[in-house]
Amino acid sequence: MSLHLYDYVLSGNCYKVRLFLALLNQHCDVTAVDFFPGEAHLSPTFLEINPAGTLPVLTDGDLTLCDSAAILVYLAQKYDNSGTWHPSTDAATSAWIQFWLAFASKLSDTVGQARLHDMLNLPCDIDATRTAGHRALRELESHLSEQGFRGHRFLIGDTPTIADIACFPYAALAPDGGIEHDDYPAVRRWLVDIRRLPRFIEMPGIHRLHDQADDPTP
Amino acid sequence: MTSPDIAQDDWYPVAIAAMLTAGAEQRVTLMSHTLRVTRDAAGKATVTDDHGTARPVCEAHGHVWSSIGTPPHPIFSLPEGVQDGRRLVDCGPVRVKASPLRVVENFLDIAHFPFVHTDILGAEPHTVVAPYDVEIRDTVDEVWATKVSFYQPQAAKSASDGIVTEYEYRVPAPCATILYKTCPPRPAEMDVIALFVRPLNEELCDAYAWMALFDDDTALEDLIQFQQTIFLQDRSILENQVPRKLPLDPRMESPTRADKTSIAYRRWLKRRGYHYGAETRGV
Ligand SMILES: N[C@@H](CCC(=O)N[C@@H](CS)C(=O)NCC(=O)O)C(=O)O
Ligand SMILES: [Fe+2]
Repeated sequence: MSLHLYDYVLSGNCYKVRLFLALLNQHCDVTAVDFFPGEAHLSPTFLEINPAGTLPVLTDGDLTLCDSAAILVYLAQKYDNSGTWHPSTDAATSAWIQFWLAFASKLSDTVGQARLHDMLNLPCDIDATRTAGHRALRELESHLSEQGFRGHRFLIGDTPTIADIACFPYAALAPDGGIEHDDYPAVRRWLVDIRRLPRFIEMPGIHRLHDQADDPTP
Repeated sequence: MTSPDIAQDDWYPVAIAAMLTAGAEQRVTLMSHTLRVTRDAAGKATVTDDHGTARPVCEAHGHVWSSIGTPPHPIFSLPEGVQDGRRLVDCGPVRVKASPLRVVENFLDIAHFPFVHTDILGAEPHTVVAPYDVEIRDTVDEVWATKVSFYQPQAAKSASDGIVTEYEYRVPAPCATILYKTCPPRPAEMDVIALFVRPLNEELCDAYAWMALFDDDTALEDLIQFQQTIFLQDRSILENQVPRKLPLDPRMESPTRADKTSIAYRRWLKRRGYHYGAETRGV
């Protein structure tokens, strides 16, 4: 079986998949879809693959998955030998993973939308969208600072899971949409912890840590 | 301020020519004016302002160009754009919260490659820019930088290894800039990458990247997304530059950022009296 990703390089949802594949050290063939300026995700050829007209899409043999959260769950269960990325040891942990995967959509619909507006001039009510984006980041901030008191660096416990991967891109890209990180210190620390992960890859708007090589992970 | 009309009388990109289909209408902002851009059934592009008055229009280098003033000259020429065998690639307008002049200046600056486009257009420890030539060509009134060379891990989508890339940079108009660079699959030719900028106001603009490449193998989507990757890396840097406008006062230039080409560009803007998007206090 071979993995195939339909990808758009500026999409945070696609980057969730690229990033997770890189962290797993898992190879995947990639087809670039001209989301902008070509709007190829709305072309008949692409709608044949995903009638919803959204990216990313991952195929593995006969299986086609059209949602970034579903793709992360699939990759974790199938390709993560460590079993740490999607721990399903107890009911509460499974539920929390589910919670953050859903929360990631909220980030995408608010912070991600503001970014598309500011960057590619896609129409939206920008003030309302930014306000909702800040509300989502406040929610994330409050959880991460509580995690900090418990001595946990990530959304669930002290090791990263697909919950972190799902929430990372749009939280990190918020300034692209005019939503600054200034008021979210716990979020900023968490963003750095994710960028420190071995085999981390960047995307435009999310820089790698330039001291990564010399900076031993604490 | 000398003449505020200098900037108004230039040509600016208002649409990607291929995306303005017959019967289509696009509304764009140019220097705080709303313009309606259309193409009639006969294929002719027209631009009207918010009073319904027809504005100047021309089609060149993959774009429709217009002006809120009266351009005294035709648009600059770019012969490579019609050279046989080149693939023309529209990368689309990307909005940037910065002065159009800063966007152009950033495009001219090589020193940022290893830090902003790490492992693509540059890589540590290859951070030193070798000496090169810069001139203001009076005959054409353009800024040119030549004999620029720089080590690049992945100079183009078609490059498989690191190479020393040769560059020439050209600024034919204050909000337009073009580079010529080593073309990995065709060593005798140079690839052309242009950035055409439309100011929405002095601190906000749409940047259209456009390429004329010799590369018959790479998928169009990959060519576009390679360029978008580069430009979006720049965007997050550009939006954080302070002040948002480009300082033309030499005392406001920080010596590290202002490389030779950028100094020439600023001088040329000042000499022309082009102050739109510039910080002119002290000039
Ligand atoms: N729930 C989907 C949403 C993906 C999504 O909205 N992708 C954007 C690109 S980031 C897209 O394809 N948008 C197309 C559209 O909304 O028309 C996921 O997480 O994969
Ligand atoms: Fe750059």
